[in-house]
Amino acid sequence: MSSEQSRSDQPHHLGANRRELRLLARNGMIDRWFERGTCSFAVLVLALLGAIMLSLLISAWPALATYGADFFTQTRWSANQEVFGAWPAIYGTLVTSLIAVAIAVPVSFGIAIFLTEKCPAALRRPLGVTIELLAGIPSIIYGMWGIMVLGPFLQWLAPELFPAGTGLATAGIILAVMIIPFITAITRDVMSTVPSVTRESAYGLGCTTWEVVRSVIFPSVRGGLVGGVILGLGRALGETMAVAFVIGNNLFLHPTLTGQGTSIAALIASQFPEADGIQRSALLALGLVLFLITFVVLAIARYMLMRIERRAP
Amino acid sequence: MSSSNLNDESNLPAGAQATAGERPTIAKPRLRSPGGETTADVATQAKLEVEGLNFYYGQFHALKDISMTVPANRVTAFIGPSGCGKSTLLRCFNRIHDLYPGMRTEGKLLLDGQDINDGKVDVNLLRARIGMVFQRPTPFPMSVFDNIAFGVKLYERLSAREMAERVEWALRKAALWDEVKDKLRQSGQALSGGQQQRLCIARSIAIKPEVILLDEPTSALDPISTGYIEDLVNELKQDYTIVIVTHNMQQAARVSDMTAFMYLGELIEYDRTSKIFTQPGNKRTEDYITGRYG
Repeated sequence: MSSEQSRSDQPHHLGANRRELRLLARNGMIDRWFERGTCSFAVLVLALLGAIMLSLLISAWPALATYGADFFTQTRWSANQEVFGAWPAIYGTLVTSLIAVAIAVPVSFGIAIFLTEKCPAALRRPLGVTIELLAGIPSIIYGMWGIMVLGPFLQWLAPELFPAGTGLATAGIILAVMIIPFITAITRDVMSTVPSVTRESAYGLGCTTWEVVRSVIFPSVRGGLVGGVILGLGRALGETMAVAFVIGNNLFLHPTLTGQGTSIAALIASQFPEADGIQRSALLALGLVLFLITFVVLAIARYMLMRIERRAP
Repeated sequence: MSSSNLNDESNLPAGAQATAGERPTIAKPRLRSPGGETTADVATQAKLEVEGLNFYYGQFHALKDISMTVPANRVTAFIGPSGCGKSTLLRCFNRIHDLYPGMRTEGKLLLDGQDINDGKVDVNLLRARIGMVFQRPTPFPMSVFDNIAFGVKLYERLSAREMAERVEWALRKAALWDEVKDKLRQSGQALSGGQQQRLCIARSIAIKPEVILLDEPTSALDPISTGYIEDLVNELKQDYTIVIVTHNMQQAARVSDMTAFMYLGELIEYDRTSKIFTQPGNKRTEDYITGRYG
């Protein structure tokens, strides 16, 4: 009976009195301003990115104009002779980051699998918190630890590979330790988004933990896993202080994995304070290169992700 | 304990009573009774036996001294209000509780006379013999074909042709083949809910288990899909022992041969479905099936 009554009533907004209408109108206005506000914040990000790019480009221009392609092909960076080759730094950046990712990914995945699948409940929280703490250690601490502990240790372990203890591989190992907490935390978080009933049904078929993780859990969260690795890689590419401590600061290109070298961020950090003129401009050009490398890595990751998602059955 | 009638004759598996005096014949998996539906007349043997089973979630005593016998090649339904322990009991059968810490089982749970909680039992092989389908469909993130082949590959090495045959066999068994035969390479997760659930049943069947546990398999499905699954359960009991947990009493009445009514962790009454729904022996069972609570 009551439903019949309400059916005969007019729809609410048509029957609204003036005050209600005014309220509705005001709500609409607030909503419009809210939309404009959020939109302008989003645009701000784009504007900021453009501005940074532009100012980098302007201040790097003198060096780029002077050296042209040489800037990217020269295999040494010598401020005294005004020879600025970006190659050693680019090589060092890429090699250290790749070593770091190669070490960190399996370790992080292993930790995350243990934490989500196998860890006794009593251990889960303490371990998780420890890993998050590890992520919070300032990079300079890692740098000091690297030069005081890890370097000498590697030197003792394999003197022919690490004559000085420092080098690209040493930096790679330090970077690996630094990004493991990030990749682990993200991997653990995305793994725990898999519904427990999916997990149970895989175990219910008689799968072992490895089979469940490899065939069911990881494929369910591919995107998140790639995201975690890229975040780690991004951090490794840009890391400055820890790398500057242990990379050896050799400004000539040595195409080895363990020898001393430099990275873009380490080189900028060590030379920028005393640089001026063309050297300063060259360092800024180096910064632009790092920017582009990071950009390209992100783009490749996006592309890979898109392809994985599309190919995914 | 209240289920005092557990050991009297009326509680024997339906067939055992019907053939009283004779030696109960062992129902072979392929055995079909004449006409196909009057399964209650076929003699059967115990597939699963539960003896004094207690189960604890940490401190919480979730199952209290359960004893029952699940007959082979029959559908046994567990009914009862939410939280009565019916799913918990079902999950004891394939030791899914092992995945979580702080859970403890006491008492005996026998599959063909062998204690499944015995330290010597390989839990993965146990789960190959006792398959399970859950409330919500859980297709894996792979193609329809691989969803089924995946489980088979865990236990058998088949040629591509044999595998294709096995997948088709399982999908036909689950009454899904005609709907998906052209989409075997598509994602299993792109199917409709009802199809996904039948895919999960096909996945369980494909590894040729002996027992299939169904944990409220239709609670997330529409009535038409539910109908499919119920027909399927009727089909499958020719070959498998089926245990189904359901909230839906009509469903229990429609699909099961035996029904167990549970309440607050206790097995209140366990008997032939026809008896439970027409002349329940216990007041609480009667109250529940007549809708007075639950």
